[in-house]
Amino acid sequence: MLYVALAVRAFRRYSTYIAATLAGIFTNCVFGVIISFTYIAVWQQNPDAGGYDVTDALTYCWLAQAMIMTVAIWGGGAPDELAARIRTGDVAIDLYRPVNFLGWWLASDLGRAAYHLLTRGLAPTAVGALLFDLRFPPSMAAWAGFLVAVVLAVVVSFAIRMLVASSAFWLLDQAGVKNLAAVFSMFFSGLVVPLVLFPGWTRDVVMVLPWSAFVQVPVDIWLGRRTGVSLLSGLAFQVGWCVVLLALCALVLRRANRKVVVQGG
Amino acid sequence: MASRTAQQLLWGGRAYLILSWMWIRVSMSYRTSFVVLTLGQFFITGLDFVAIVIMFASVDALGGFSLAEIGFLYGGSGLCLGLADLTLGNIERLGNRIRMGTFDAMMVRPVPLYAQACADEFSLRRIGRITQALFVLAWSITALDLDWSVARVLMVPYLVLCGTLIFLAIFTLGAAFQFWTTDGSEAANAFTYGGNTVTQYPLTIYPTEAIKALTFIVPVAFVNWYPSLFILGRPDPLGLPAAMQFAAPVAALVLGLLAALAWRSGVRRYRSTGS
Amino acid sequence: MSLIQVENLSRTFVVRRRVGRFRREAQVVRAVDDLSFTVDRGEMVGYIGPNGAGKSTTIKMLTGILVPTAGRLSVAGIDPSRDRVELTRRIGVVFGQRTTLWWDLPLRDSFELLRRIYRVDTARFRRNLAEFTELLDLGGLLDTPVRQLSLGQRMRGDLAAALLHDPEILYLDEPTIGLDVVSKGRLREFLRSINTERDVTLLLTTHDLQDIEQLCSRVMVIDHGSLVYDGTLAGLHARGSSTRTLVVDLVDAADPIDVPGADVRRVDGPRQWLSFPADASAAPVVAAVAARYDVADLSISEPDIEDVIRQIYTGPDQLRFS
Repeated sequence: MLYVALAVRAFRRYSTYIAATLAGIFTNCVFGVIISFTYIAVWQQNPDAGGYDVTDALTYCWLAQAMIMTVAIWGGGAPDELAARIRTGDVAIDLYRPVNFLGWWLASDLGRAAYHLLTRGLAPTAVGALLFDLRFPPSMAAWAGFLVAVVLAVVVSFAIRMLVASSAFWLLDQAGVKNLAAVFSMFFSGLVVPLVLFPGWTRDVVMVLPWSAFVQVPVDIWLGRRTGVSLLSGLAFQVGWCVVLLALCALVLRRANRKVVVQGG
Repeated sequence: MASRTAQQLLWGGRAYLILSWMWIRVSMSYRTSFVVLTLGQFFITGLDFVAIVIMFASVDALGGFSLAEIGFLYGGSGLCLGLADLTLGNIERLGNRIRMGTFDAMMVRPVPLYAQACADEFSLRRIGRITQALFVLAWSITALDLDWSVARVLMVPYLVLCGTLIFLAIFTLGAAFQFWTTDGSEAANAFTYGGNTVTQYPLTIYPTEAIKALTFIVPVAFVNWYPSLFILGRPDPLGLPAAMQFAAPVAALVLGLLAALAWRSGVRRYRSTGS
Repeated sequence: MSLIQVENLSRTFVVRRRVGRFRREAQVVRAVDDLSFTVDRGEMVGYIGPNGAGKSTTIKMLTGILVPTAGRLSVAGIDPSRDRVELTRRIGVVFGQRTTLWWDLPLRDSFELLRRIYRVDTARFRRNLAEFTELLDLGGLLDTPVRQLSLGQRMRGDLAAALLHDPEILYLDEPTIGLDVVSKGRLREFLRSINTERDVTLLLTTHDLQDIEQLCSRVMVIDHGSLVYDGTLAGLHARGSSTRTLVVDLVDAADPIDVPGADVRRVDGPRQWLSFPADASAAPVVAAVAARYDVADLSISEPDIEDVIRQIYTGPDQLRFS
């Protein structure tokens, strides 16, 4: 199967940078510790802040660290390669390949995500569990739901990064747009401050934005705060954004395709 | 001998200014892009503080410190990091340069390597972070109900100067580390941006062992924590002597020497392995 | 005194190689092994050898980037490993594959920056810049950022940049790599002119043997870290027992030509290729062919230096037990 081969290739490519992976894990852990203590301070003051208890908050903190690279919250992954190929004009070759363009890049990004989940995801979670008292999924359903939610989170993130990268078709350089996207992504995914802490109506808003699919939904499933219908609705929420954003990608790529055909890249 | 070293230092500084000035001119020729990126930096780093404000929707103090006090810590740390980042932020690309082989080009130019590495693609847009930190610092000063004695006022520039020097040394250490592992640049972030994040909050939220580590092992507590204890009139949670509140130059000096040593042995290593 | 003096120069590296899945084994590699040579002012020397022979390691030591493991080294009277920064003012370096210019700066700004870094006085800088702009045809490119230049344009920019401070020695690492024939020709012409007009000593490594045929009076061949040849190009031919080729166009197709002193290498209809030793005169062979056959046309092609060098590399006396 072509797509599996693409994913495996991406997985292998990332796995050659061992020193970079170790350095990244170290950094994730340092930030995990720092943020843990700020959360402890918050929940000491208000043991029920945002409806979480302190164990929920600490679990959230470490899972968020685990998601940074897996979900590529800061950007990067396969869409970055696409942006580079747009700049050099090599993308014209990709567009004429007899395979689904989005599928091609998604497979590659899923391979990358798998590698990052097993290294930059697993390692900080283990370290966090050693240092702090964390909560683990209470049931098989929660485990399974969490894994599905992570895959969906990667796809939502992929679609957003793809849209950002596609801006290079028109702007040639995606750097500015990518920076901006990274800020939105970092803030509205709840990387710095959990979305449950957002006050009043802002909380309702950030909860329906696509970025809440990155960390908040998977973590709530992990914590067992979403079970049964709520778990399914969480996944449905992610699927909904996947569909909308991938459709948008397809639309943008069709436009881009026409542009490449007309102007020759 | 001594005069030769002094001459080299002076020339290094001048070359640094020449190189940086060139990059500023280049960034000015893309004015729109410069303005957008600077504003971007301003808001990106500003969201950090928004996050803290959001936390304060659920609590009214963290580690016994009010939002205004945390604003002072946050602004101080951010200002020091921002100044250091502006001065030599791109030194962290060293590993990349070594991998690509472009570090050799620096070695065949008549300018000290350190000056070249610091000035590499000098990014003036980093004043975005500095401005943001200044805003928060200024707001906190107006919001704090403090009796601004001369000593307290003087302590503010003292804090900024020493804190900046400490971060400069940490950036340099992180870069020198890349002479050994070129892929390891991300680990340096744990100390630079990690050091910044850790000092944005009152250290009272951390266990005492952690405060000791941040004082004696990775001495980022001297960036803003000890001087701020003096300014804010707060007791030291470790009960250390009051002299600690003025000891930031010692930390800066020790770290600076370590950084110089690490840089020199890194260059020596590069020149004997070529990689 | 010679401009470049190299005495018993050695450079070893410790390479950690993976043995099995996790174990690594340290191995000492002699990149440059007991190398000695001198280069006089005004020479143009080709420094050639297969990949990994030690060419760039030598250049890196000559420029002060690498410190030698053993041996003595002096460039323009300076010890490169001790006074690297001082040396940089006396030499120019061009790396063919990577530019030493600033990627995002227009050429003009790069040059201006170099002027200030090398502290070249303004009058001399103006004169040099005007001359190089003319010779290298840079006029239309000065305001283009380096990243937008083609490879050939960038190489010309790099050359000018390396010469603005009037270095005595210019090191060129693969200067013509990736260039088209016209650009190569123009580049060689420029190098010849700075050698004769400005008395710049040139040391160039290359894979393109035409560079050497057209530029260098002297060739040094390095293999496995040692010099295996140092002398003229003609001597190199003799050393490699190279052959010249006589191409004979007969009036009609015939059996392979049989003349003393030459062997038929190829027959294609009426055309035949004969090879004979490079150091032998072509006249008797030509006379013998013309006497026995109806010849429509004759031509002689010079020996292929690539073959010669390949022979040196693989020659029996160069076999190593490593």
